[in-house]
Amino acid sequence: MKMLKTGLVATLLLSSAPVFANDSVLKATDDPKQWAIQTGDYANTRYSELNQITRENVGKLQVAWTFSTGVLRGHEGSPLVVDGIMYVHTPFPNNVYALDLANDGKILWRYEPQQNPDVIGVMCCDTVNRGVAYADGMIFLHQADTTVVALDAKSGEVKWTVQNGDPAKGETNTATVLPVKDKLLVGISGGEFGVRGHVTAYDMKTGEQVWRAYSTGPDAEMLVDPEKTMVLGKPVGADSSIKSWEGDQWQIGGGTTWGWYSYDPDLNLVYYGTGNPSTWNPSQRPGDNKWSMTIMARDADTGMAKWMYQKTPHDEWDYDGVNENILVDQEIDGQMRKLLVNLDRNGFGYTLDRETGELLVAKKYDPAVNWATEVVMDKESDQYGRPQVVAQYSTAQNGEDTNTTGVCPAALGSKDQQPASFSPKTGLVYVPTNHVCMDYEPYRVSYSAGQPYVGATLSMYPAPNSHGGMGNFIAWDATKGEIKWSLPEQFSVWSGALATAGDVVFYGTLEGYLKAIDAETGELLYRFKTPSGVIGNVMTYEFNGKQYVGVLSGVGGWAGIGLAAGLTNPNEGLGAVGGYAALSDYTQLGGQLTVFALPD
Amino acid sequence: MKTTLSLGAMVSLALMAGASSLASAEAAAQGVDVAVASSDGIRSFNAEDVPTFDIAEDGTVDWPTFSGYRRYQSECHVCHGPDGMGSSYAPALKDSVMRIDYYTFLETIANGKQEVGAAKTLVMPAFGTNANVMCYVDDIWTYLRARGTGALDRGRPAKRADKSPEYAEVEKTCME
Repeated sequence: MKMLKTGLVATLLLSSAPVFANDSVLKATDDPKQWAIQTGDYANTRYSELNQITRENVGKLQVAWTFSTGVLRGHEGSPLVVDGIMYVHTPFPNNVYALDLANDGKILWRYEPQQNPDVIGVMCCDTVNRGVAYADGMIFLHQADTTVVALDAKSGEVKWTVQNGDPAKGETNTATVLPVKDKLLVGISGGEFGVRGHVTAYDMKTGEQVWRAYSTGPDAEMLVDPEKTMVLGKPVGADSSIKSWEGDQWQIGGGTTWGWYSYDPDLNLVYYGTGNPSTWNPSQRPGDNKWSMTIMARDADTGMAKWMYQKTPHDEWDYDGVNENILVDQEIDGQMRKLLVNLDRNGFGYTLDRETGELLVAKKYDPAVNWATEVVMDKESDQYGRPQVVAQYSTAQNGEDTNTTGVCPAALGSKDQQPASFSPKTGLVYVPTNHVCMDYEPYRVSYSAGQPYVGATLSMYPAPNSHGGMGNFIAWDATKGEIKWSLPEQFSVWSGALATAGDVVFYGTLEGYLKAIDAETGELLYRFKTPSGVIGNVMTYEFNGKQYVGVLSGVGGWAGIGLAAGLTNPNEGLGAVGGYAALSDYTQLGGQLTVFALPD
Repeated sequence: MKTTLSLGAMVSLALMAGASSLASAEAAAQGVDVAVASSDGIRSFNAEDVPTFDIAEDGTVDWPTFSGYRRYQSECHVCHGPDGMGSSYAPALKDSVMRIDYYTFLETIANGKQEVGAAKTLVMPAFGTNANVMCYVDDIWTYLRARGTGALDRGRPAKRADKSPEYAEVEKTCME
């Protein structure tokens, strides 16, 4: 959490302008007693300096209190804690509750928006919402129907609202927002509906739009400078996106922006990932489909792209590239570097220089990954930075109406949005992962606005010749690209991790367990079964001198769709059908917050 | 296995007319008629001219039903789960099609459905203008009926008939 602090001081001294990295956010995220934005800090480390709960005493953890959200669908994200108030959000209808921690969680105010339920039908994969953000005495919410709302943190009064997209075209929202300086950065969902992705900055005080950067299309609309925007050390050149699509397909090309955003106040750069190109049928969209599947680094003030790196050119598997970019300062080859760590859906763990976009490490973080042999690291090669696709697993080379079998990972990715955590104490990244493979058969689809635009049939199953489970929780050394240890899990791990200065790492499981493990060894130290499967992220805070750990239960999301009925492997014959665990045998719907603490 | 037929009757049915008829017999016991009565060269129909599946003795699935499998996994799967099994929030359609008739099925897909209350929010969009769904709605119906009656197991059908020229022609016209 402190990593960026020194840099901030330098910025403060040098700058005379009054607009800094948002002071209130930095102040709140620098205070480990609070949890002010979903990612814990701007760097997305999800690391807390709190150390009352340690690997020695975490086994004594108890449930301190609970809160029912009153909503049944999938609960992603986490509560916030700022100035003695806890803010709890829900999936659609996107209610927000402010709970008074000094008064046993009494509800101080509630915000219950009226949204047209039609939006539910155009949300792929459940009506999840990944939570609110705090800045400047306000709580910011981006609703399912793409209404962005600023609420007074103390009273819940609506300060302003703005419409970010059009649900009639399939534009919806599931993500949180990121307050940076005097702006609020906001993304969009709808990659399965042919939406053209974008990121938009709104004035934090008024809700007025300041800039919008599209993921595809003309340079001017993408906020790309052909000379100054860099790709792997070279200027990107003119019309890089348009040249990589056939005709005007970029207009319905996807590249949505529903992941987590990070920010480096020193460099004044915002980082995020763009999602899959639409449709899932690669033969219908020849070309690299830029800049879908891309890590973007943009100037926070102007939105101009500083550098870009496309992880999966011409996606053939729905390896939706939105996963979080964790900003860490670590040594590589004896040199301290400003790094960006990205564990992509495609199964490669990338480490880049976050100032220049130079690619330093690209290694598989699940040994099952087979769609590509490697990412070429030789700067002289014309394949530099590109994954080397294995023909057998190429759904484009095998073509439309052909069932490509045994591709690892599945479309869920080796990891989906569930965010990892970085501990500066151990230097390791703790990653919730999927261990699932798939068969993928693309075929032709036609586009109509506001309707699904998918174009592939998938069937998924646990990674063959492995432990039979559908997930792993791993410790990853991002400087080397090595798995330090890996804990098998029966189901995909769909919960965001939390690492703490107490040498404990927390995560939730789809059966509903909150687990605490040793940050060094991965040894299980504590577990408790909450009322429903956990797809939320673990957070921690301190109140009245006591450390608490909180997590939302409420199974759903992609996991609730893909795993509810259990997976089958048609390749293993009829005998195997139903042989894999069905999530529905373990848990039921229901939104609840569970807060843990040590006994007094 | 249903109890209304004796084991002996089942075996002789299976021997006489193959797996599909066995499933038909089971389905009849469940109150739905999926027995093939006619064909128009594109797909098969039951005695009431409602589309139905035709699965041969060796498990070969008729093209339209196989197409229904593919379209289902693309258009319906993101809410209704794999293989018509349901998700954490949308019903299992392999069971729904055993309760509702063909015309209700068509109506629901074309116009959508909403049940919004305190405890649940079930919202299905209208697919009436979506060629990827509407051109294949009969395929999806027969696929789900095959799943519901147990004639088709989970996953991708292992064997399928080829697409007939008649089917291809109608498909092309519909998708344009």
